[in-house]
Amino acid sequence: MSALEISPSVREAIAEEVKKYPEPRSALLMALHFIQAEIGHVPVGIQRQVAELLGIRPIEVREVVTFYPMYHEHPVGRANIRVCVNIACALAGAREVVEGIEARLGIRPGERTADGAYSIEEVQCLGSCGTAVCVQVNNDPYIENVRPERLDDLLQTIG
Amino acid sequence: MAHEPYLLPPPGADWRNLEAYRQIGGYEAARRAVHEMAPEQVIEEVKESGLRGRGGAGFSTGQKWSFMPKPGGPKPSYIACNGDESEPGTFKDRQILERNPHLLIEGLAIAGHAIGARAAYVYIRGEYTTAFHTLSAAIQQARDAGFLGERPFGIERPFDVYAMRGAGAYICGEETGMIESAEGKKGQPRKRPPFPAVYGLWGCPTTVNNVETMAQVASILRRGASWFKTLGMPTSTGHTLFGVSGHVERPGVYELPLGTTLREIIYEHAGGVRDGRALKAIIPGGVSMPVLSAEQVDVRMDHESLKQAGTLLGTGGIVVMDETACMVRAATVIARFFRHESCGQCTQCREGTGWFHKLLKRLDTGQGTMDDLATIDRVGGYMEGQTICALSDAAAWAATGFLRRFRPEFEAHVREGRCPLPESFRP
Repeated sequence: MSALEISPSVREAIAEEVKKYPEPRSALLMALHFIQAEIGHVPVGIQRQVAELLGIRPIEVREVVTFYPMYHEHPVGRANIRVCVNIACALAGAREVVEGIEARLGIRPGERTADGAYSIEEVQCLGSCGTAVCVQVNNDPYIENVRPERLDDLLQTIG
Repeated sequence: MAHEPYLLPPPGADWRNLEAYRQIGGYEAARRAVHEMAPEQVIEEVKESGLRGRGGAGFSTGQKWSFMPKPGGPKPSYIACNGDESEPGTFKDRQILERNPHLLIEGLAIAGHAIGARAAYVYIRGEYTTAFHTLSAAIQQARDAGFLGERPFGIERPFDVYAMRGAGAYICGEETGMIESAEGKKGQPRKRPPFPAVYGLWGCPTTVNNVETMAQVASILRRGASWFKTLGMPTSTGHTLFGVSGHVERPGVYELPLGTTLREIIYEHAGGVRDGRALKAIIPGGVSMPVLSAEQVDVRMDHESLKQAGTLLGTGGIVVMDETACMVRAATVIARFFRHESCGQCTQCREGTGWFHKLLKRLDTGQGTMDDLATIDRVGGYMEGQTICALSDAAAWAATGFLRRFRPEFEAHVREGRCPLPESFRP
């Protein structure tokens, strides 16, 4: 596998982001979002390049990548299906939603389908309690009011 | 009783659009504040209104601002606006960000004048993609209109607003965790003192205010402190956004005066308990706040009344549970959350949240003992008031709150060796 590089357009976006703050390091979270939106995860090699861009040490990038649940150091599915399982979603049947997706895709949370198309993640409260169950694919706008009996439609939407 | 909302637009109105927002008088309060009011006058007006922060702690906003140093000091001052909204049961700031972003920006412009800030950074939780893009577009509109930037409203004092994103960590809603995160670090809360007003973002004086709080400020400056005080209760003034979720017919966000009874919110606004079932339990202000039982449904939703009822207003995020819901299981799901979100700095929290989750899971599956109940109470005692931030306290209040309010149900799990509520939701 060839080594991944941060693309010129993402470099440009990071440089723009840095201008918002008195210290370049403050752009780190946004930089990681830009990278993940493009390549799906943030491997160690890329982390070194980010560190160089922001003038910090690679470990200072890695501790952020591993602290925040939204970043992935290793590849996830092209559609990473994140199901909220916290209280409001649990009351609305989140467990049945997770199980339904598991059965349809043949994977468990934390796993990826063989073709790399999907992965499932259980997440903690997405702030959409009034429209539970809430599902988010990658960092796209929410899919709300998900019902266990309508999961075929859901997976069709995700494509 | 009808209450004219001032935080959320009426159906059909699109206040994301700057022109539409200006047609209802938008940005006139900020213009007036900047041109005609001294910073101290703005702070006085907000103090006079009785406004208390809407992020959970309920501290006086005007008083918080008065802790900031006078403008002209050696370091610039900043506003860190908290839009991390991650407390389960809470989904109200999202309504402002997605539907009325200019009200927030106007509030920030007023606050910026009051404390002499150079800029405001709005920290939005990473998952709120729509909210982030909506606010970012509104900020650009406000800049283009000359309300933000080098000469906001034509005065020689630069002020700008920037939107930034978190990445899924609840602890970044804690004010100093958020500051660390905004600096590009792990969101581990800082020890206080020094407080953010002395040492905040990049070591500079910073005031941390919630999104809804800033929207309230714009409304207060538009219509006056005396108007604001006519709404709500003597020590809990104004409207607030109550989020109602769980087993109700019409879950959603309702803008109502503080002091509205829980009964009115659940039965009149949210349409009552789903399928005509009986009410069992209510979390009044996000899962950190001790749970209430059905008999307490006549409590008023304001700071003082809820304190008397043994809980707190928190974020006003109301989670309703009907007769089918198992209380041990609800406590387990919430304990799993706190265990996941503990940042791990303090032993009491890192270990205690894990203990709660293990003990509650054991009780939920019928494997628990009466000793486990005593352990929950004891561990809770070790966790309160011992740590750098209040996540530990919140985890303790949640777990011991369920146990104290519904002890017979916990004991039934031990006695019967299983959950006595077969129709309950699953964890």
